[in-house]
Amino acid sequence: MEVIVKKLKNWIDDNTYHHSQFWDLKKLVEKKEKNGLTISLCLPTLNEEKTIGKEVIIFKSELVDRYPLLDEIAVIDSGSDDQTREIAANFGADVYLADDILPGLEKKKGKGENLWKAIHQLEGDIIVYVDADISNIHPRFVYGLVAPLIYREEVKYVKAFYDRPLAVSGSVRPSGGGRVTEILIRPLFSLYFPELTGIIQPLSGEYAVRREVLENINFPIGYGVETSHLIDVYTKYGLDAFAQTDLDQRVHENKPTRALGKMAFGILQTFIKRAKALDIIQDISDFNTILRQTQAKDNTYEQVELEIIEEERPPMIEIDEYRKKFNRSMD
Amino acid sequence: MEQSFEDILGSLSEIRKTAQELREILLANLVMVGEIPAPTFGEDKRMEFVLNRFKEASITKNSVDEVGNGIGILEGKENSGNVLVVAHADTVFNTKVDHTIQIQPESVTGAGVADNSLGLAVLSTLPTFLEKLDIELNHNLILMGATRSLGRGDLEGLRFFLSNFEQPIKAGVGIEGVELGRLSHTSIGMKRGEITCRVPEEYDWSRFGDASAILTLNEVINHINEIRLPQRPRTSIVMGSIEGGSSFNTTALKAKLQFEIRSESSGMVQDIHRSMEEIVTEVASQSGDTIHLDIFAQREPGGVSFSHPLIRHTRRIMDQLDIAPRPGPSTSELSAFIDKDIPAITLGLTHGDNIHETNESIEIKPIYTGIAQIIGTLLAIDGGYCEEA
Repeated sequence: MEVIVKKLKNWIDDNTYHHSQFWDLKKLVEKKEKNGLTISLCLPTLNEEKTIGKEVIIFKSELVDRYPLLDEIAVIDSGSDDQTREIAANFGADVYLADDILPGLEKKKGKGENLWKAIHQLEGDIIVYVDADISNIHPRFVYGLVAPLIYREEVKYVKAFYDRPLAVSGSVRPSGGGRVTEILIRPLFSLYFPELTGIIQPLSGEYAVRREVLENINFPIGYGVETSHLIDVYTKYGLDAFAQTDLDQRVHENKPTRALGKMAFGILQTFIKRAKALDIIQDISDFNTILRQTQAKDNTYEQVELEIIEEERPPMIEIDEYRKKFNRSMD
Repeated sequence: MEQSFEDILGSLSEIRKTAQELREILLANLVMVGEIPAPTFGEDKRMEFVLNRFKEASITKNSVDEVGNGIGILEGKENSGNVLVVAHADTVFNTKVDHTIQIQPESVTGAGVADNSLGLAVLSTLPTFLEKLDIELNHNLILMGATRSLGRGDLEGLRFFLSNFEQPIKAGVGIEGVELGRLSHTSIGMKRGEITCRVPEEYDWSRFGDASAILTLNEVINHINEIRLPQRPRTSIVMGSIEGGSSFNTTALKAKLQFEIRSESSGMVQDIHRSMEEIVTEVASQSGDTIHLDIFAQREPGGVSFSHPLIRHTRRIMDQLDIAPRPGPSTSELSAFIDKDIPAITLGLTHGDNIHETNESIEIKPIYTGIAQIIGTLLAIDGGYCEEA
């Protein structure tokens, strides 16, 4: 255990950044160009007309026109019925309907589906994913995540976390993620993947990843995508493939507790699937996919049954069209 | 070869087109500057942003002065003098107000976007516009985000700069987010202040029912309403806001009226101020309450005439861009210029709605025309077309 603690401490010291360390965008773009890298931004959307315009404008102005850090900005939409696609296109993003990408495959709906299809649609050597519902959007959400990949070849996956000490007094201050992270993910990781507990916000929706990693990992299409990434990248490449960047505050709408229950249930399925495959948990029967929640109606209590199936897409490298488009082979 | 005024008019549609091409850069600046709260006397973070923009545009002469103004000087080709473009940096919103900005294809919404985040965003983007248009002026162009402009600020930022900048300034242009068509060239006389009524904290049962600061203030307001205002010179008393008390069932211990006295004649402003002082003294002696009249901002009437070349040429530029000019007086930055005898105008950029509400909004499309009007006016000033013979 002491070895793990030491390793974790070293990893946190070496691989945890604050976005302000990368303020010099001119230098960052020079390094990106020197390394011959291309970078794509993927904004997965479903009815985000309130925030998408601002995100596209900020990233295009600052990270395409002013400092050419991004080579493409793409919105991958799950079929919004508001103005999301029109607004994004109006302000200069490339807009795709997830269903139109790899149309030969069976259609599935979910954020993970959009992220997975982005690997096929987008051209960059690095893909950075940013949620489209952030109201305090700022260029740091992108440059803070891609910078460690540009400066350090051995880093493959950079995760965002959000933390902002208003006053530093030298005392200890709890630092961490949201409710699902603290009551589900962190206890699970502590039990089975202690090294992954160093990742401060394992469920954050913002991360930048190298293509060669993305194409080789599975994509749950629902709630489990972030958890599966962490476990799969960790088991394939080890802890040192990760870095994390503090992006200060992220303002978005909070989810109600009931919705968090659904999320936790999906994540748990993803986790157990991997724990079984890795032989970490034995003797566990195939699990139920029905989440049961209770609600009070008049003077009686009733059960609400929600079927949550965490379907997964295979590694993109296994898709013929992808291998053809990017001239890749299975080995 | 010198550019004729007709050439300038001919170039306006191209300038408008270029402004449109730079839409994302302008709107990104609007979001980034507008989401930084900047109440009067608290504009420092906003100025930091503006200054960074000046630095990125390779403006080497840039600084923040003693009162917090953010200044960048685009040096001219010839040493022809200085032209000052100013946008006030402060807004009427305090730091606790949500400053999140929303962008839709046709509009932008958020606290302060119209007054005056848009003006400041255009000021920050002006070097980029000029570079893209390949415009290099003969005059030095001083770009200034002015602090301490509104309310109790009383234009302190601009006044400080004009009093301390050592070189002469040929003309001034103030930029405001709204309203496109605004062509302010004169300032009216103005005094801005507050009347505060206080009643003693101890409850006096002998005055059962009337020991309220609100009632006392009401008495003051009734008396102010009785002041006779002349039709000429045009004069008005603006009752801007009142506040007082704290709950349903507690007698109000304090009440406040914010007002402005405005007139084309400074003598009339002075007369009304004196009348208000008399009212305050009279009501205070009748009620036994403490009433305080505080004047903290004032403007002298003045400005350049409607026929001044600066106004004449700006009107022609507006006509060319199909903007219906609405000349008139204002109490904006203009009066700081007027006090220093500098010909100046204030121009608006676009149309807006819900001004000074948290859902303040502006239209995007007219902004390009608003920008073309400002750059056209700068070219006219630079070409010497706006000087009196």
